[in-house]
Amino acid sequence: MAKRIDVSGLTAYYGSHKAIEDISMTVEPRSVTAFIGPSGCGKSTFLRTLNRMHEVTSGGRVEGKVLLDDEDLYGQGIDPVSVRREVGMVFQRPNPFPTMSIFDNVAAGLRLNGSYKKSELSEVVEKSLKGANLWNEVKDRLNKPGSGLSGGQQQRLCIARAIAVEPKVLLMDEPCSALDPISTLAIEDLIGELKERFTIVIVTHNMQQAARVSDRTAFFNLAAVGQPGKLIEIDETERIFSNPSVQATEDYISGRFG
Amino acid sequence: MSTAITEKRPSTLRGASLPKWSPYAIAAGSVALGLGISAAAGLDSSIQWVLIAGLLFVLGTYAIAARVEGRRQAKDRVATALVWVAFLLAVVPLVSLVWSTVSRGVKVLDIYFLTHSMGLVADSEPGGGIYHAIIGSLEQVGLATLIAAPIGVLTAIYLVEYGRGKLAKAVTFFVDVMTGIPSIVAGLFILSIMLMFDMQPFGFAGSLALAILMMPVVVRSTEEMLKLVPNELREASLALGIPKWRTILKVVIPTSLGGITTGIMLAIARIAGETAPVLLLVWGNSLINSNPFEGAQQSLPLYIYQQYANSAGSGAAYDRAWAASLTLIAFVMILNLVARGIARWKAPKTGR
Repeated sequence: MAKRIDVSGLTAYYGSHKAIEDISMTVEPRSVTAFIGPSGCGKSTFLRTLNRMHEVTSGGRVEGKVLLDDEDLYGQGIDPVSVRREVGMVFQRPNPFPTMSIFDNVAAGLRLNGSYKKSELSEVVEKSLKGANLWNEVKDRLNKPGSGLSGGQQQRLCIARAIAVEPKVLLMDEPCSALDPISTLAIEDLIGELKERFTIVIVTHNMQQAARVSDRTAFFNLAAVGQPGKLIEIDETERIFSNPSVQATEDYISGRFG
Repeated sequence: MSTAITEKRPSTLRGASLPKWSPYAIAAGSVALGLGISAAAGLDSSIQWVLIAGLLFVLGTYAIAARVEGRRQAKDRVATALVWVAFLLAVVPLVSLVWSTVSRGVKVLDIYFLTHSMGLVADSEPGGGIYHAIIGSLEQVGLATLIAAPIGVLTAIYLVEYGRGKLAKAVTFFVDVMTGIPSIVAGLFILSIMLMFDMQPFGFAGSLALAILMMPVVVRSTEEMLKLVPNELREASLALGIPKWRTILKVVIPTSLGGITTGIMLAIARIAGETAPVLLLVWGNSLINSNPFEGAQQSLPLYIYQQYANSAGSGAAYDRAWAASLTLIAFVMILNLVARGIARWKAPKTGR
């Protein structure tokens, strides 16, 4: 059920400012693809174009094609709401819904989409929490508010919430940047398990993390501040970190950047 | 007035400082001095010696602290002194208002007073009650809330969640203008419509004018509350494939429900005390009329005004006016307490 993403000639704007330019790449199903690059190079913007969250920002607009198994996400008559049901997202900062319990947080996607059977709900919640390696920690307090959990637990709650709606692709925007090393390890292990079922794209500032979790790595860069970000290269993670084909990649990875 | 601790230490971090009790001593000294000055000058108003004492307190604090502790600490102490003086000056009228209302209002405030109208009692005689005014106030304010709260909340949702460009700017502008409408103007506006259709005064006309006054308050407070909801929650919801309207209904509104309710309650408290539009549009009635859509009604603020104005100096009428004032204050206070209760109950939970 994981799907392939084919991006071709994608350019994204914030108002009149061009944030990323002419990006083309393929993301393989059931794999982890990591985006690395300096701040402001458009990694997160590009990630958000993959589930049409970019246009939620005021002035956000996109040109180009994003094919999800041969269907263009930006084609005519495509409903962004349906796109986001297929392509889930986990954000940088854990953001559980503060008015909802742990159970309701995980069930939120199903409940608010209106597409569920009541009898299945608790089953789905349990499955999702187990999938996010959180079940054992919270099974006795499912009715407590989600905001009472620790930061790492909250982030795994958000992952559980995202996988509860059974997306085909899971986008992660620096999911560990607000977490301590132990919670980071927990999430990285989780990513390794989730890639059996989902196509995963992860943005990270941590190159060791990219090297640890990803199968393929894409390096983004921008020529200068104010210039649009571009995809420099995408390759097997091993090759990117050992023998990249572009000099800029090697400079960035070895810390000789700028 | 106070002695400095002037033991010299080699430390550069510790300077001379006034003892802890010095502010109280300065306060007591300036009160005594203020009383003395006003007695000597033959000023008999208590406001004057209070102001003199307040001024002396601030100046004295600065002078003494500058002497002992240095200029920087003196400025700090003066700021503290100013805050305290301002606080006391603000509290004094509030306390005295509540005190005089309660002490004069309890005289005739009893069950009989709350359950009887003025139907058989002339304004100058003792007896009678405010039942008709309570009924009228509740109905007029209730209907005004039914109109203004939904419109106000929906307008705020439009402005925060959807509004872009010129229309939103125009709406914001008109809401700002509406906030400044004097209540008598809102009353005249409805009155002109009533005259066009040759209608007699009735309760609902008052409700309409009150709704005009209430709407901008609700819009403003709801807008602020919706803006406080972090954008991340909206994005989290949208990224789950939840449509925007359900995101607003199930995520944004519940998160800010406590604040929105508080805002509506405060707006109700504001219109509950309006007299001018009620006087123009509802007229007042000494009989019980529980139908807001036909015939003149009474309301609490209007009752207070009429008891005072039509009584020709009768003590019984003054007592009733005070008792009605106390009822009105209690009503507003209960509303505020309910609002706080709801805000606490609905606030996003943080417990473990």
